[in-house]
Amino acid sequence: MSLMPPPLAILAELTHRCPLRCPYCSNPVALARSGDELGTQEWVDLLRQAAALGVLQVHLSGGEPTARKDLEAIVAAARELGIYTNLITSAVLLDQARVEALAAAGLDHVQISFQDSEEHSADRIGGYAGGHEKKRAVAAFVRGAGLPLTVNLVVHRQNLDRLPSMIEMAVALDARRIEVAHVQYYGWGLANRAALVPTRAQVAAADAVVAEARARLEGRIVIDYVVPDYYARRPKPCMGGWARQFLTVTPSGKVLPCHAADSIAGLIFESIRERPLAEIWESSEAFRRFRGTDWMPEPCRSCDRREIDWGGCRCQAFALLGDAAATDPACALSPHHEAVAALAAAESETGVDAFVYRSFANVVEAAGRAVRPGLAPRGAAARPGPG
Amino acid sequence: MGPLIGESSIPRFPRGARLQHNAQREQWIVQAPERVFIPDEIALAVLQRVDGATSIAAIVDALARDYAAPREVIRDDVLELLRDLVGKGVIAV
Repeated sequence: MSLMPPPLAILAELTHRCPLRCPYCSNPVALARSGDELGTQEWVDLLRQAAALGVLQVHLSGGEPTARKDLEAIVAAARELGIYTNLITSAVLLDQARVEALAAAGLDHVQISFQDSEEHSADRIGGYAGGHEKKRAVAAFVRGAGLPLTVNLVVHRQNLDRLPSMIEMAVALDARRIEVAHVQYYGWGLANRAALVPTRAQVAAADAVVAEARARLEGRIVIDYVVPDYYARRPKPCMGGWARQFLTVTPSGKVLPCHAADSIAGLIFESIRERPLAEIWESSEAFRRFRGTDWMPEPCRSCDRREIDWGGCRCQAFALLGDAAATDPACALSPHHEAVAALAAAESETGVDAFVYRSFANVVEAAGRAVRPGLAPRGAAARPGPG
Repeated sequence: MGPLIGESSIPRFPRGARLQHNAQREQWIVQAPERVFIPDEIALAVLQRVDGATSIAAIVDALARDYAAPREVIRDDVLELLRDLVGKGVIAV
């Protein structure tokens, strides 16, 4: 018997390769090259360890997971182990035959991202001509294969005004679930924050649109809503608490408490190539660093929401303050909260709409931008370097 | 408005949702798209009878017999549970 409750789910980033170039991609700005990727047997062995640990679900993601030819084998292995398989895809590399092959391998659920409801804008945001139409076609193949579909809508200043039509598009695509997710500002999203951050008025309008759609579609479609917490009063309970329910495995086998954790300088993450998963989960230093409530500073430590919010997000505290152990400044109880909200509001009015697209070539520029905006002093000690 | 289901409805797990036992956790769980539900004892007793062939009326009959409880109480509990799960996309009728 282990002392730690096992993780519920694993985010398996099978590759960092992706034909899309979304400027808010959650991958780190330093992308892993395909030569470093875990092989099929390494993923299957990881899934076996995960099942033994008590993991219930695997989210197969990337990059674009369908860029891997062995995806069917990985799905089949997970299902054989009793793990629920969720494919998180841009869909543009899929065709009907591949969707059917994945369904036959035992895939449980598919989530397809859409960048907008308007084709020209969607293709511009994703940086991939023809992508929007391709996604619509593949969504139909998914439903045709009998698989449940989630439509993922990442929203920001440049598409939020079309949220009602984006939700209608998802309904028309026969989604069972819709995920409306405001961009979170890590990695590429942080690098592009000035081009993405919504105005307060847009956020208020989006809240109302989601509330109305939820009431209208109740019993038919589940709508999950990820709020933009720069403008919130309370931080998001990121990952349900650091190293409490989830872990991420990167394309090269590094094990993280969340997909952005690698952005925190000073933490050392171990690889499944070097240590068993159960040991990393239970005792690796990076996992223990912010687990539970012992690490918390005030006002978190004595807050009655400390086991609801879990102090918010460590990566956000690091990105904005240069201190991963600080109270997430998204929380109104943080002394930096007003400054963060003001920073977001000011950036939302700049009119800067150009993106640094996600790509291997743009890594240097994005890394430069990612360390610029924030509240911390510019001194080298307080600011993370890109690598 | 909630989904229309009644005693004659036949509930089933749609593709993408299932009840399974997890040996490591020594626990029954309901797997659904990006969700995991842990059924309580009553919910588990209902869900273990969901097989895509048995009607809600027959499930209620069986539970009323097994638990020696008034049928109408069981019926209301079962309908409330299943309506909730239909709304969550975990059960189809």
